[in-house]
Amino acid sequence: MVDFMITVDENLCKGCNICTEFCPRKVYQESGILNKKGVHVPVPENEDKCTQCQLCVMMCPDQAIKVDEKVDEKDDK
Amino acid sequence: MVENRENRFMKYLRKDRLPHIFCAGCGNGIIMNTFFNGMELAEVDFDQVVMVSGIGCSSRIPGYVKCDSLHTTHGRPISFATGIKLANPENEVVVFTGDGDAAAIGGNHLIHGARRNINITVICINNNIYGMTGGQISPTSPQGSYGSTAPYGALERPFNLSEMVKAAGATYVARWTTAQPVQLSNAIKKALKNKGFSFIEVISQCPTYFGRKNRMRSPIEMLKWMKEESIVKRRADKLSAKELEGKIIVGEFQNKEEPEFSDKVCQLLEAQCTTGKPSSTRSAYEGD
Repeated sequence: MVDFMITVDENLCKGCNICTEFCPRKVYQESGILNKKGVHVPVPENEDKCTQCQLCVMMCPDQAIKVDEKVDEKDDK
Repeated sequence: MVENRENRFMKYLRKDRLPHIFCAGCGNGIIMNTFFNGMELAEVDFDQVVMVSGIGCSSRIPGYVKCDSLHTTHGRPISFATGIKLANPENEVVVFTGDGDAAAIGGNHLIHGARRNINITVICINNNIYGMTGGQISPTSPQGSYGSTAPYGALERPFNLSEMVKAAGATYVARWTTAQPVQLSNAIKKALKNKGFSFIEVISQCPTYFGRKNRMRSPIEMLKWMKEESIVKRRADKLSAKELEGKIIVGEFQNKEEPEFSDKVCQLLEAQCTTGKPSSTRSAYEGD
């Protein structure tokens, strides 16, 4: 069972927001709230738009993002 | 069931050392990702990889990677790497070095490594400034850029590192920026596969010093600047020097095959063991 596809690790993210800017489909959005480290961790707001191109995984300087590889939807059930 | 929600490059990293000390938005992390991706593409055995680095922000990368690594003296990683490669030519030696490390204090070692054409891969992370020590002007700072030692703009002309290493005899030379991670990983793949001295210059962002002193305060602004100003070499060849002012020429500068140094040393040793006399060395003063 997969309930979410994109995870941003709060302990690793430093809030540079490269992912919000460079995602070709604008999946991420800057969050308005600070976490306990004082970082605006981006939120994958438009997850349904994601095409799993893995560009954000490569562009994240802190290795904080995990995007699932493409899987067949049948596996979920 | 707890699913593994970690980044796909996490298996190569020392998790206990994370998060790393790089500033938010530093290009070093992107270069780590592209290196791992390039390594996967080149199908290099991770156990054979030896990372060598000198001094600087970029030289802290090997400390975060789960492989054999050597953190050496300022400017000398290529000399240490030569030793590692010759001690065991099976090793895949990768040097992570910065622009201050490779071009300023270690310029001599860089050109002589290229001249020898020893089979190592040098990834030079060029952030155009000395980031670790407080934003001084480095040999690759563009003319007119500001730094803490150049409040009125840098007067000196910068080094064109890729052209310099190409002229010194390297067999694979490429330059990309951190805004082009896919092309960069392909270049790293080619460099790892190349038998000979491979040099990859990565133009990277330093928002903390270069960005702040040059009106690009955020990493996003710096990445956009690199994306807009970079021009592929094939197109740049047709343009005049005036049109190329301020542009970053990216692409492959050199890709050729030439005899490699550690092979030559091995042949020499083999000849000495079989015949008792090294056959390929002949005194220049000996008569024909």
